[in-house]
Amino acid sequence: MIETLSAVDLVARGFAPLVVDFPFERHYVESIVLVSLYVSLTAVAISTLVGLPVAMLIGFSEFRGKGVVVALINTGMGFPSVVVGLLVLFAVSNQGPLGAFDLVFTTEAMILSQFVLATPVITGVSLAAVTGIDDGVRDAARALGGTRIDVALVTIKEARYGVMTGVLAGLGRAVSEVGSVLIVGGNIASADGTSVTRTLTTAIQLEARQGRFETALVLGAILVALVLVINGIVLRFGGGRT
Amino acid sequence: MQRRDLLAAAAGGVAAIAGCSDDDGGNADASIRGETLTLTTTTSTYDTGLLDEVNAAFEDRYGVAVDAVAQGTGAALETGRAGDADVVMVHARSLEDEFMRDGYGVNRRDVMFNDFVVVGPEDDPAGIDGTEEVTDAFRAIAETGSVFVSRGDSSGTHAKERAIWDAAGIEPGGEWYRETGSGMGEVLNQANQTPGYTLADRGTYLSQRSELDVSIRVEGPIEGGPALLANPYGIVAVNPGVHETVNYDLAMSYIGFLTSQRGQTVIEEYTVEGEQLFFPETDSEDPNFEQYVPEGWTPDER
Repeated sequence: MIETLSAVDLVARGFAPLVVDFPFERHYVESIVLVSLYVSLTAVAISTLVGLPVAMLIGFSEFRGKGVVVALINTGMGFPSVVVGLLVLFAVSNQGPLGAFDLVFTTEAMILSQFVLATPVITGVSLAAVTGIDDGVRDAARALGGTRIDVALVTIKEARYGVMTGVLAGLGRAVSEVGSVLIVGGNIASADGTSVTRTLTTAIQLEARQGRFETALVLGAILVALVLVINGIVLRFGGGRT
Repeated sequence: MQRRDLLAAAAGGVAAIAGCSDDDGGNADASIRGETLTLTTTTSTYDTGLLDEVNAAFEDRYGVAVDAVAQGTGAALETGRAGDADVVMVHARSLEDEFMRDGYGVNRRDVMFNDFVVVGPEDDPAGIDGTEEVTDAFRAIAETGSVFVSRGDSSGTHAKERAIWDAAGIEPGGEWYRETGSGMGEVLNQANQTPGYTLADRGTYLSQRSELDVSIRVEGPIEGGPALLANPYGIVAVNPGVHETVNYDLAMSYIGFLTSQRGQTVIEEYTVEGEQLFFPETDSEDPNFEQYVPEGWTPDER
C-alpha cells in the first residue's frame, strides 16, 4: 500500500507541469487519485476476501446445479456498471433497505458498488485458475497429512498467477468504471477543490462535459499510468515468489 | 444499582452544565460546525464555477462543508424527493412548484437569475440572427431542418426548450433534432462540433465561450431579448416533515446565506472573463410573496 501511494505521488508529480493552469490543480488531482485508489483498492480487497474462498469452495466440490452457479458468476463478470450503480443507489437511498446508514453520495456506497462489480470477476477468474490445478497436487498435499486449510493454501500457491490475474482484472474493472460511482457517489468535490467522491473516471467525464479537454486528457493519462503501475507492482510480487 | 443511578445522574448533570455553558457562549453555529450539507443542483450552477465560490464563502462563515451533486433539475428534485438531499437549487419553476405541492419542499426562495440564449454556428443556416421572437427562430430552425442539439435530460434548460417548442406550435423530431441526454457543457460541445443550434443558459455559454466557435444568435432578456428566455433560479429545502433524516437546519442556513446580503454579493461579484454570469434576485424593499409558494397558489386551495 505504501509503495503504491508513493508511486502514485510520483505519477502525480510527473504530470504537475502539464496542469499549472488551475490554481488548485495539483491538490485537486492528487485528492482525486487518492479517492480513486481508496475506493477501488478497498473494494477489490473485500472482493478478494469474499471471491477467493467462494471460488475454492465451488472449485473443489461437486453439487447439483454447479454449472448454473458458474454460469451466473460468468454473467456477473459482464454485468453493466450503470445497472449496478442504479441498484446500489436504490439500496442505499434514504428510502432503501440500507437507508438508515446514510450511505448515499459517500465513498462507502462507491466501495459497495465496486465490490458488486469486482467480486464476480475475481471469483470467476480464480475459479478457472483453481480448477485448472492438477488433482495430483491436492492428492499429494492430502497424502502428506495436510489439513483442508493446507490443501487450500497449496492450491492457491499453485494457482497464484491465475488468482493474481483475477484480482488484477477486478481492480481494472473497478478503477476504470464510471457508471456506478457516478450514480452512487455523485462526483462531489468540495469548494476548495478536494475530492470527496470524485474519482479519476468521473472527473474525466466532468472535465470533458465542461470542454476542458486538456485536463481530461491529463487525468486520463494518470488513470492509464496508474493501472500500469499497479500491474507492475503485482507482477513484481508474483515474480519474486517463484 | 443505586450507585449506577447516581453515576448516571452525575453524568447527566455534567452534560447539562456543559450544555448551559455552550448556550451562554452565544456561539450559535458551534453546534453545526463540521457537519455536511448535501445540495443537489443543476449542471449550470456547477459548470460555471459559481457554486464553488458560493460554497467556499458559506463554509468560511458556518464551518459546514457542502457536498454539491450536479444533476439536471429533474434528477436534482428526484433526489430531494427520496430524502437523499437536504436542499435543492434548480431552475424550472413549474417543476419546483410540483415539488412543493407534493409536500417534498418547503421555504422556497428566489435566488438569482440569468437568461437563456440561442447559440448557433457563424454561417447561420436557419437565418435566425437577431430574430426578435425566439419562437420564430425555433420555427425557422425546424423549417430549414438545421441541426438542433437538445439536452433531452429533463433538466431546467430542457424544460424551457420544450416550453419554447410548445409556444412555437412545433413538435420537434426527425434527423435534425438530436436529443443527447447530456449536461449543458457537453451539449455546447456537441453543438460546436456538429455544428448546430442549441438553447444554452448564458452562464454556461459564457464560461465556455473561449472553447467554442458557435456564438449567440438570439439574445435573452438581459441583453434585450424576449422575456420567454428568462432563467430564474430557486432554492427549496427538503421538507423535514416528510423526511425526518434531512439536515433541515443546515438547509435553512444555506438558504439564509444565499439570500443574505453577503451571499448575494458573492453571486453578483462572480465573473468569468470579466462578465457577470448571475444576477441576485432577493434583496428588495418590496418582496415578491409568490416566491414562497407554488405560482398561482391561493389560501382556499388547501
